[in-house]
Amino acid sequence: MNANKELIHKLKQDILLWQGFKPHAAGKAEYVGLGEIEQAFPGGVFPKRAIHEFIAILPEDSAASDGFIAGLLAILMQDGAACVWVSTSRRLFPASLSMFNVEPERIIFIDVKTEKDVLWITEEALKCEGLAAVVAEVNNLSLIESRRLQLAVEESGVTGFILRKDASKAASTVATARWRISPLPSENEGGMPGLGFPRWQVDLLKVRNGNPGSWVMEWAGESFEEVKKVAERLGWSEREDRQIG
Amino acid sequence: MQRRFVSIWFRQLLADWQLIRRPELCEVPFVFAAPDHGRMMITAVSPLAAEFGVEPGMRAADAKAICPGLEVLDDKPSRPRNLLRGLGEWCVRYSPIVAIDEFDMDGLLLDISGCAHLWGGEREYLKEIVSRLKSKGYTVRVAIADTPGAAWAVSHFGKITPLIPAGGHREALLSLAPEALRLDAVILAKLRKLGFYQIKSFIGMPRSVLRRRFGEEFLLRLAQALGTEEEILVPLQVPVPFQERLSCLEPIKTRTGIEIAITKMLESLCKRMQTEGKGLRTGVLTGYRIDGKVVQVAIGTSGATHNVSHLFKLFQLKIDQIKPALGIELFVIDAPKVDDVEVPQEEMWTAKPGLDDQSVIRFLDRVAGKVGAEMIHRYLPATRYWPERAVLRAGSITEKPASDWRVEKPRPTELLKRPAPIEVMALIPDHPPKFFIYKGHRHQVIKADGPERIEREWWLDTGEHRDYYQVEDDQGRRYWLFRSGHYGGDQKFQWFIHGFFA
Repeated sequence: MNANKELIHKLKQDILLWQGFKPHAAGKAEYVGLGEIEQAFPGGVFPKRAIHEFIAILPEDSAASDGFIAGLLAILMQDGAACVWVSTSRRLFPASLSMFNVEPERIIFIDVKTEKDVLWITEEALKCEGLAAVVAEVNNLSLIESRRLQLAVEESGVTGFILRKDASKAASTVATARWRISPLPSENEGGMPGLGFPRWQVDLLKVRNGNPGSWVMEWAGESFEEVKKVAERLGWSEREDRQIG
Repeated sequence: MQRRFVSIWFRQLLADWQLIRRPELCEVPFVFAAPDHGRMMITAVSPLAAEFGVEPGMRAADAKAICPGLEVLDDKPSRPRNLLRGLGEWCVRYSPIVAIDEFDMDGLLLDISGCAHLWGGEREYLKEIVSRLKSKGYTVRVAIADTPGAAWAVSHFGKITPLIPAGGHREALLSLAPEALRLDAVILAKLRKLGFYQIKSFIGMPRSVLRRRFGEEFLLRLAQALGTEEEILVPLQVPVPFQERLSCLEPIKTRTGIEIAITKMLESLCKRMQTEGKGLRTGVLTGYRIDGKVVQVAIGTSGATHNVSHLFKLFQLKIDQIKPALGIELFVIDAPKVDDVEVPQEEMWTAKPGLDDQSVIRFLDRVAGKVGAEMIHRYLPATRYWPERAVLRAGSITEKPASDWRVEKPRPTELLKRPAPIEVMALIPDHPPKFFIYKGHRHQVIKADGPERIEREWWLDTGEHRDYYQVEDDQGRRYWLFRSGHYGGDQKFQWFIHGFFA
């Protein structure tokens, strides 16, 4: 029985190798603090040399994605490296990043006029080894463009985050992972009034060589925390009183 | 080294120029005239008109009376300077330092120290200049002396020889008229009145006497002619210390060709800069096309560098702007601004990644070259509560924050550039809204925090304070709302949405 399991594990590893996925050297596996979500990725390691795509159509979703990405950046930028944030219409408020343990002054914002420039800068930035990560806000991304970005990433090892505002052509890119982050009602301990930690529904829609899934995550002040037990939500009409702080 | 200067005096600059342009005028007397106090005053005279007794400073109407058939041409005040500039640029073949004679605006001054031997001596040198200019159609008088002042004097008034040997300029000046010292008309009149017709009659006088009678300027001009006071020539083309030229046998008109030219020039330029410990800050690539036009592109770097591949990449982004037309025959790369470069100790210690990482700086240079440096922003904390002013732009990539980022109050992840007005239903006096309508969508508020009152910075602008609420709707979406102003009274109040929380 045990031998079978080992054999299957070995075969799985081989398949990954044949598919061009290089496993991390032993002891070099680094965690990004996502807990159980990391198990969804091949080898149980969050892929850093990859393009992660976030689908955010509503501004509320994009704010949630910003928060989630900022939480990841906090880990990726730990060694003091800088990050580039490219956009045509940026709404991110730099001061808010410090809530996610990111030093806002280490983020270089490049605000350009056209989508074409965003892609050019993103590609150049992804080739730049001194950076920790690149975040690009785009509306549309074609297959060829995403392939170019993926090639740049494989060369340099910079993590790329693409925030897409348009979901209509969602299936046509080569991103390693596709996420959708949407806000969930927050909860305070013991039913205290007011807002709690930001809480999100994290949907991993697609992972190359991995298992997509859904989780409920919370940014618990210092790190991500998975929420296993979601309190029963009462409808508006069922509530006796509103919680006001 | 013995310094030597040449003065070239164009006796009839405008007339010669006009004759070259319109050879048919050589039979016709003509003058240039410019309006002055409502009449036309003559500014320059052709040799034929001069024979009739027409002089600069006459009225054009009077001149027409003396000389029938006189042609009067319009003059522009900037014309002599433009002509001299063109001639001066041509004269760079004789000496790198060519200056316009600012006194009369009809001559050039050349610093020829160490140049004349290339033409086989000063006599041959002068002969070459005169004959070349003559073949072009300009009549010139030239002189060579130890000081620009003496050369000027001899070229204008000398009668014996234009070649003043080294150390002989004092001797040569003695017999000349005081006009040769480039003096004011007032001082000249005074000198003539006192009977000084030659320089030798006052050159030996005590300075204090001369200063009292004729002023400081007179002494300065005298000293400049004698060489006791240094006269600084302002060169037409300021020499750039770091410059590379590449002339091509065949005109270049392809992208590949231009790229090869840039690489070649950068290689030798960077080698020179490296040995001198300098790095390029701004660079200008000039292409001289065979149709006579000049194309130019410029680059800048955020830190001094002499890295060929990096500089090449910056120029590569600009190649699209170069229009070679029929072809470029000469490339010139100038480095007008260079800085000392700090050579990092490579590979000794693994560098810590950060904002000043070399690869990041190179990436930013490329971005700045493509979309402009003003598109790159970095923010530092400002010690202010007003949300729009809570961050300030960093001046440079290395600037460090002066204060900590504040985290004790919640701030939205996404902030709207302008708060958008919303409709709300809220209990007074300071309850959060029960619901609000934004973009036609109704949001039922379930949870809320607040209010956080932020006062307006009254020393900067006027208006109402804001009471901010952090609210969560029934879908779990979190917003930052505020009410501007108090309820009731004669004051106006309005609710706004200002941001989205993660």
